[in-house]
Amino acid sequence: MKVSICEAKCIGAGVCVDAAEEVFSQRDEDGIAIVLDAEPRAELHAAVREAAVNCPAGVIEIQE
Amino acid sequence: MTQESVTQERVTQDAMDVQPFPLPRPSGCPFDPANEHRALHEQGPISRVEIWNKSTPWFVTGHEEHKALLSDPALSSDVHRAGFPHFSEATSHRQTDDVTFLHMDDPEHARQRRMLMPRFTKARMEMMRPGIQQMVDEHIDAMLAGPKPVDFVDAFALSIPSLVIAELLGVPHSDLEKFQDLTRVLVTRTTGVDDARNAQNNLLDYLEELINRKLEAPTDDLLSQLAVDRVRTGELTVRELATTGFLVLVAGHETTSNMMALATYAFLRDQEQLDKLLGMDDPKQIAGAVEECLRMIPIFQMGRRRVLKDDVEINGLTLKSGEGMILSSELANRDPKVFENPDVFDIERDARRHVAFGYGVHQCLGQPLARVELQVVLGTLFKRIPTLRLAVDESKLEFKNDGLSYGLVRLPLTW
Ligand code: HEM
Ligand code: SF4
Repeated sequence: MKVSICEAKCIGAGVCVDAAEEVFSQRDEDGIAIVLDAEPRAELHAAVREAAVNCPAGVIEIQE
Repeated sequence: MTQESVTQERVTQDAMDVQPFPLPRPSGCPFDPANEHRALHEQGPISRVEIWNKSTPWFVTGHEEHKALLSDPALSSDVHRAGFPHFSEATSHRQTDDVTFLHMDDPEHARQRRMLMPRFTKARMEMMRPGIQQMVDEHIDAMLAGPKPVDFVDAFALSIPSLVIAELLGVPHSDLEKFQDLTRVLVTRTTGVDDARNAQNNLLDYLEELINRKLEAPTDDLLSQLAVDRVRTGELTVRELATTGFLVLVAGHETTSNMMALATYAFLRDQEQLDKLLGMDDPKQIAGAVEECLRMIPIFQMGRRRVLKDDVEINGLTLKSGEGMILSSELANRDPKVFENPDVFDIERDARRHVAFGYGVHQCLGQPLARVELQVVLGTLFKRIPTLRLAVDESKLEFKNDGLSYGLVRLPLTW
């Protein structure tokens, strides 16, 4: 699994951090989400998919 | 548009049942949507309702449609656009001046929201948790030390969210009483339209004065940071920043307060779920319980309001530019396609797909803070007062049925 975020469209609601804090975080300066682990281990895949489904701006891309 | 789609649309629309909105909730569960609105959903996830001014905006009840439409830039939140389905006559006369970004579209909405984003990250909100825990403990101490029964709304639910926002904005301790008085008028139901406008102006004036003080001597809080980063640079005026502070207060005070009281009541009327809650000691479980409360308890009961600025094709329907739309989060949160046995309150289910905080670019900015507050309250209250119970008969409880935000007028409790 490869994870990425379209930063320009992120609205900083932090839903992804709530879903998978090992994979996502938010930058202190602007609150935009960042990917901490672009190739997360298998146990995290379900949480990452959930983050992508719930991201209100639909900006989390997953390639499997 | 092709001839074919016109006919199809006409057929579907003629067959469409139109119900008034809002309608009273059924007797039984105070959290359930009106039966007539459920019946609309059974006919299809997009229907029409009739509102106070006799207009018939689209009514979106499906979860998938809710998310798809709120992600569509054709939907506008601009209350000044013709066709916007206003909540009431009173809100239809809103002044242009102090419109907040809640009622703006991108790119201006994004510009203003982005200024606030760094102050609302999940990590920052988590930093407020110990302070919120202390606040909750002190309020419980005061309740326990005072006379019984107590009105939980007054003694607890109204107070905590406003103190939390005061802290977030940077209201100094010496002003807290004043701030709480000013905010209380705004959320009191008996406040008339004129008094509400006065209260709003008083609060804006107070915030302006506070921002000027922050410009002189900035501290580490939201208003100081924005005063330094945005007002000094000329990106925002003092009045605009005061309006933003006001939005944070209006959006985060009554909503969270109503949720605290309704969630407390939801557990008091459901012993099985209360027992489950009392048995939870993992913060993740409590967080899950909060999500289920958000799914089940309809706080924003008047729905998301939008007007279309372009045609949208969805489910074989053409929704036309200029038409209004009400998207019901409470019906989306009961959509059986997403939630199994949707009418069952079950704090152990995974409820995180709910849309209680909205969806799309306007999704609640304060959600990480609302979550921390609710997690602390639900994780503390019943553990500290295990005998907590209603002090009046359930039938005596008065609900804010016509409020923008659903809640309890009073919640008399004893222990
Ligand atoms: C249980 C509590 C809460 C609920 C149910 C709630 C719900 C919502 C909803 C549904 C929206 C979207 C409105 C729309 O799309 O038109 C929203 C927006 C917003 N909320 Fe909340 N909210 C809560 C608490 C808070 C708190 C605590 C704060 C801040 C301290 C806050 C700040 C905001 C702001 C600033 C917006 C506007 C976002 C934008 O337009 O981009 N909310 N909220
Ligand atoms: S959930 Fe989506 S919009 Fe929200 S912070 Fe994460 S990436 Fe950004």
